[in-house]
Amino acid sequence: MEENKHPYTLINVIGGTNGVYEDHVEFLEKHFKLITMKEFTENKQDLSHKIKAIFMWFHKPVVDRDLLQSLPNLKVIANCGVGVDHLDLKLISSFGVKVANTPFAVSNPTADLGMALMLASARRIVEGHQIAVSPDTKCFMADWLGEEINGATLGIIGMGAIGYKVAQRARAFEMNILYHNRSRRNEADEQAVGAVYCAKLEDLLQRSDFVILSVNLSPQTQKLIGRKELELMKPTATLINISRGQVVDQDALVNALKNGVIKAAALDVTYPEPLPRDHALLHLKNVIITPHLGSATSKARYLMMKNMVESILAGVSGFPVPNEVHV
Amino acid sequence: MQDPKLPLLLINEVGGTLGVLEAHVPFLKKHFQLITMKEFLESKECYRAQVQAIYSWWHKPVIDRELLKSLPNLKVISSAGVGTDHLDLKLISGFGVRIANTPHAVHSTTADIGMALLLAAARRLVEGCQIAVSSDTGYFSNNWLGEEVTGATLGIIGMGSIGYKIAQRARAFEMKILYHNRNRRKEDEEQAVGACYCGAIEDLLQQSDFVMLVVNLTPRTYKLIGKKELQLMKPTASLINISRGQVVDQDMLVEALQTGVIKSAAMDVTYPEPLPRDHPLLKLKNVIITPHVGIKTHKTTFMITEEAVSNVLAALNGLPMPSEVFPD
Repeated sequence: MEENKHPYTLINVIGGTNGVYEDHVEFLEKHFKLITMKEFTENKQDLSHKIKAIFMWFHKPVVDRDLLQSLPNLKVIANCGVGVDHLDLKLISSFGVKVANTPFAVSNPTADLGMALMLASARRIVEGHQIAVSPDTKCFMADWLGEEINGATLGIIGMGAIGYKVAQRARAFEMNILYHNRSRRNEADEQAVGAVYCAKLEDLLQRSDFVILSVNLSPQTQKLIGRKELELMKPTATLINISRGQVVDQDALVNALKNGVIKAAALDVTYPEPLPRDHALLHLKNVIITPHLGSATSKARYLMMKNMVESILAGVSGFPVPNEVHV
Repeated sequence: MQDPKLPLLLINEVGGTLGVLEAHVPFLKKHFQLITMKEFLESKECYRAQVQAIYSWWHKPVIDRELLKSLPNLKVISSAGVGTDHLDLKLISGFGVRIANTPHAVHSTTADIGMALLLAAARRLVEGCQIAVSSDTGYFSNNWLGEEVTGATLGIIGMGSIGYKIAQRARAFEMKILYHNRNRRKEDEEQAVGACYCGAIEDLLQQSDFVMLVVNLTPRTYKLIGKKELQLMKPTASLINISRGQVVDQDMLVEALQTGVIKSAAMDVTYPEPLPRDHPLLKLKNVIITPHVGIKTHKTTFMITEEAVSNVLAALNGLPMPSEVFPD
């Protein structure tokens, strides 16, 4: 049917700080009839039966029971990014609607950012820059030192696509790589990056100089790193989080950082985002935080958008949906 | 009390802003009697004939004609780090004194810093950290973007040992690697890192998303990157400098950064260090500067001292030095 070739697709808003990107609109309008939430709300009677897809850009529009009930012909929701912890997958599935994410588009930039955070933390790039530009700086101290990356041990918790790409990069920095995962990778994969499997998380924590979290957020990984895990880590170790804030017990992390239980942390994700401005994590010298930049490159965002378009076009036509997320 | 049978090693000072690290002193005292410049100047007559070696740490003590004349039995100067642009090699050689640096200790660590700066510049890490902690931040914009490193083109200017280690790291990011060097590397070395030689530096500048300077400072590389070179670069490109500040024409760099001729710069080195506090480079949002931290880790600084010591001991025993440096 003609409608399936140019399906009515619900979006939140175009432009502004959090809307669909203006420079993506041309490509989107080639494939979709875009309907904003504002247009939909003003014209529900006319539009509700026409909308076949939702293009969910950074968690908007919010998909709840009300919205699902008002879109009887909705076939597919495409979500930007890989995380779907903000979606009630069971609820959506009960309406016969498919969900797709964009795992491929985010893996490289997220692995890159994991490496960037680890290097920045170890070599004290942020502090160093502050010293270099500070009006009070008169000279550079010889005994101002950072931690070595090459030859150090990196423990990767979560060896999916992103974790594996981190391993590939870290290997080139002459790091020793340990990993912990739900299931062990095959031997060829392990050998290609020189990664050693730690069936027990405790092993990995005790042996690592740098611990990086690249798991998805699920009931099993909620507060995966708590007081016990932090105490198992070396006092000279650094924790890097590129997963979700909730994978770490934040209060336990603050305590660990304040008391030298671990040396430092570098976080691209927190809970919530942003943290309240008086949160302890913002004021610790041994923490660096980035504002959830894992997939924040023009290239990645464009690729995410294209992947979402493919998923929607397949979904509305009844074809298998690329990057479908199963409940 | 120091062991009088051990040779005398002159250093500038221990501790303080630029002195030899306190943590290294026990190791040094295993092999040498240490004497600081202060002690030397206070009792020149006592020590001058005994000093056989100098350990130059952060370019101190300053090696000039006067000092060389006052040390008739000086055999060797071992300089920490790999750069020797702070030493007058001809002058020193003229006094029959041998010189060594410590290249092996620094390669991996300096390559690590080069990549750290490249990633920080590409992903706007310093700016991002400022946003994350700023009291003015109410929410994170989803439209605040950096540049992708994976699959981008890296142009390495200077493919010595450090440049090569950078190529090895960049390859793991699936970067396309171009390089320019005095001499072309062997084919198998190029293939191992997927590096493509650019005989003309202009070619490299025009094609690169990231340009990394990894040359040593010589009359040939002085202001190697000037107005012409910056204009050849892509307006979306970043310049990373881990060589010496003087390899770049700093005034031209400021102009290029202010007018969008290039996108950003990240530098571990400037001229001078530190820059004057009112220098425009300190105020540009698209600049990251680190305080010459290329070799500043506990492990590497100690490896430097170890390498320096092994060079001195070789010289004092009349043996070939592992890292001897000769004037051009």
